Amino acid sequence: MALRWINRRPSRPLSVFLALIPFVLVITAYTLASDARRAVNPADKLLPAPAQIAATADRLLTEPDRRSGRILFWVDTAASLQRIAMGVVIAAALALGFGLLIGLAPTAQAALAPFVATLSLVPPLALLPILFIVFGLGEVSKVALIAIGITPFLIRDLAARTAELPREQIVKAQTLGASSFVVGLRVALPQIMPRLIGAVRLALGPAWLFLIASEAIASENGLGYRIFLVRRFLAMDVILVYVIWITLLAFLLDLLLRQLSRRLYPWAEAGL
Amino acid sequence: MSFVTVQNLFQSYGTRPILERINLTVEEGEFVSIVGASGCGKSTFLRLLLAQEQPSRGAISIDGAPPAQEPDRDRGVVFQRYSVFPHMTVRDNIIAATALNRPFGALWGAARLKARAEALEVLDRIGLAHVAGQYPASLSGGMQQRLAIAQALAAKPKILLLDEPFGALDPGTRLTMHDFLCELRDETNMTIFMVTHDLPEGFKLGDRVLVFDKPRWDPTDPEAYGATITYDFDARDGGIPYQRLVEETHVPLTL
Ligand SMILES: Nc1ncnc2c1ncn2[C@@H]1O[C@H](COP(=O)(O)OP(=O)(O)OP(=O)(O)O)[C@@H](O)[C@H]1O
Ligand SMILES: [Mg+2]
Repeated sequence: MALRWINRRPSRPLSVFLALIPFVLVITAYTLASDARRAVNPADKLLPAPAQIAATADRLLTEPDRRSGRILFWVDTAASLQRIAMGVVIAAALALGFGLLIGLAPTAQAALAPFVATLSLVPPLALLPILFIVFGLGEVSKVALIAIGITPFLIRDLAARTAELPREQIVKAQTLGASSFVVGLRVALPQIMPRLIGAVRLALGPAWLFLIASEAIASENGLGYRIFLVRRFLAMDVILVYVIWITLLAFLLDLLLRQLSRRLYPWAEAGL
Repeated sequence: MSFVTVQNLFQSYGTRPILERINLTVEEGEFVSIVGASGCGKSTFLRLLLAQEQPSRGAISIDGAPPAQEPDRDRGVVFQRYSVFPHMTVRDNIIAATALNRPFGALWGAARLKARAEALEVLDRIGLAHVAGQYPASLSGGMQQRLAIAQALAAKPKILLLDEPFGALDPGTRLTMHDFLCELRDETNMTIFMVTHDLPEGFKLGDRVLVFDKPRWDPTDPEAYGATITYDFDARDGGIPYQRLVEETHVPLTL
């Protein structure tokens, strides 16, 4: 009667309920702690009440900055999204080219794989000062940090995926007259694209980390910049709004990529 | 000069011999079935015919050409699995037989339209026209193998290599595939090498059945020797040999 735990599957409603529990617990705990602190000190800044966070969010999202006349929240969002998009697109393009090359051509593999493996061991954040020195404090160094941070991982992942393509397919393409270039372009590339999207989804986490780190250190706008700026005033309500927003953005980006992959590569459905 | 000539072929991986002293001549249009114990080197032999790898010794020549260094359009192949491109629709899989041979692997303009029309004709003939726009994953195993065979033949190779092409199919589908293959063969007079584990299948389809086995056997070291062709059966006429007149007897055949 009593099934093993590994064989028990929750029903759909139960799954939803179970999924909600940790969220509800954390929010409740936060609310209680916030209430308790403010009971002692009504001016407490550390754990602002949820209602206050909502009010702050409303203000941040709608009220323009007095000096510039622009709504900083959206300025920050646009700046950060642009940086992360550029960094990720550059990294993805590099990874696609080198990944295919390493995965398909044994000579390229011999020449590049050990180098890429070594590169991927360099902690990208340790390179940030170098990037600032070389590229200055502008956009380039931030985009470069994101690209440098995730490219080695993406290359290695895509090279492995390419090498995993069934040998039979590569041979088959050759018997149909395909050159190395055509095998890469028509056989490997299309099959690697959904993998690239999958790998990018995984790399977005580190990409956000690098973005916020570089913005925190030197910037004039951006989500990470704002968080570290208001930290000085202990504006927890602002920080929390930004953190929730970044989380939401990360979630939406992930969702977007997943939908994109489904839409563009229906044949890969089973493998994803 | 026969169509396919295999001369004194050896293949070893490292120090381990897999195939040894294989000599074989095959005429154009012959259907050669290959059987043998698992792991004895049948697929290795096909890979050598395919020029996917090079023999340790000996040479294979097809249609008098010098030994090939890598797979090319002279050699069509169908494997047991992964034989069609999963990211191309059924129709594009047939078109690929023409398109992959082009500089960018694609056809444009009139050539494209022509290839599309021809592909639809082929699909019509092999009974896959109704799934032309679908991806192979939505096809049954038998349909996928039919597509793979049609794709290989669409490139008009000189020889067709089949490595257990029906190994993963149920018996009923297998029978349909036999008819399908026989039909295509009658149409194209293709020279075919087929590895199979199903002896009746080998005799039914083949003109010859080659048996791969180890002629020498060291009980203390089973891997000391490689396999070779130990039997070469005449499988025409239902496997009953000496059914054909080899010389003019001047005796009327009908009374
Ligand atoms: N690239 C390789 N490197 C080393 N050993 C190999 C390689 N390819 C095959 N072998 C070995 O060679 C032997 C013959 O393999 P092969 O695949 O040709 O056998 P087979 O007759 O096709 O077997 P099966 O009927 O199971 O398909 C096997 O023992 C295999 O382990
Ligand atoms: Mg085999």
